[in-house]
Amino acid sequence: MKILLGVGGSELSYQALTETLERVSETGDELTVALFENEDTDADVETVHQRIQERIDESGLEPPLRRVEGSSPGSELVNIAESEGFDRIVLGGGGRSPLGKIQLGPIVEFVLLNAQTPVTLIR
Amino acid sequence: MTRTYPDEPAEAFPQPPQTITDREDRSIDVIPADDADTESLVEMYLDFDPADRAQGIPPVKEEAIREWLETILDGDCVNVVAKHDDTVAGHATLVPDNEDEHELAIFVLQAYQGAGIGTALVETLLGYGQAEGIDHVWLTVERWNDPAISLYEKVGFEISSAESFEIEMAIRL
Repeated sequence: MKILLGVGGSELSYQALTETLERVSETGDELTVALFENEDTDADVETVHQRIQERIDESGLEPPLRRVEGSSPGSELVNIAESEGFDRIVLGGGGRSPLGKIQLGPIVEFVLLNAQTPVTLIR
Repeated sequence: MTRTYPDEPAEAFPQPPQTITDREDRSIDVIPADDADTESLVEMYLDFDPADRAQGIPPVKEEAIREWLETILDGDCVNVVAKHDDTVAGHATLVPDNEDEHELAIFVLQAYQGAGIGTALVETLLGYGQAEGIDHVWLTVERWNDPAISLYEKVGFEISSAESFEIEMAIRL
């Protein structure tokens, strides 16, 4: 299976990265990691890139790491998945409000509503 | 502060304790939760219909309910409960976020819904909040939940964002 994992630099997105790397090393799925800019996180894109690369190196796997350009990362992820024949998009998300309500960010929401491929949300 | 609040502050709301007669002729006391037994709140949430959960709360399992209550009954939160005799029929809470604004939620046990208790809980909670110096309150509500949205609008909340799955509403106290 061809998997497109989107990582935007939130804690939940790193968690999704770790879990996906573990799973892929068991299943042998073909993974691509797509780094996008998430306005809701403070980290700059270079730092996020470096952190992702470190986690990938630790896993011993060698998935391609690419950057998603443009101001609408959700839309770009959906386009990449469709135009390049991915079978599944994986994203981390669903943080909690102060009261404990689960909240989906705008990028996750866009992908869930617009993707033609199945989407896995890791939360 | 990124959230949009109404320009004008709301009126003064009633402070706890309040006693109301609901539309089923039951006498309901709305009082600060500090005076109430945490155990009776746990009981209420164990009785809560899972179909009435919103966005993952309240939790279903007792251990998770206790953990969640510990967070929202914390000292810097504001809580009121609606009591019918010894039964906790409803609960409303204000929990601070990182921007000195407070998130609001209310829960009313199924057997007590549709009787005006939710309105009394929200108004008394906001009155309690005013007394505690809280001035910005927000909430999220599922778009299909018309009864809740009308209740919040009636009290003075305005929609601050309708772009995502949930509608966000806010009030200035």
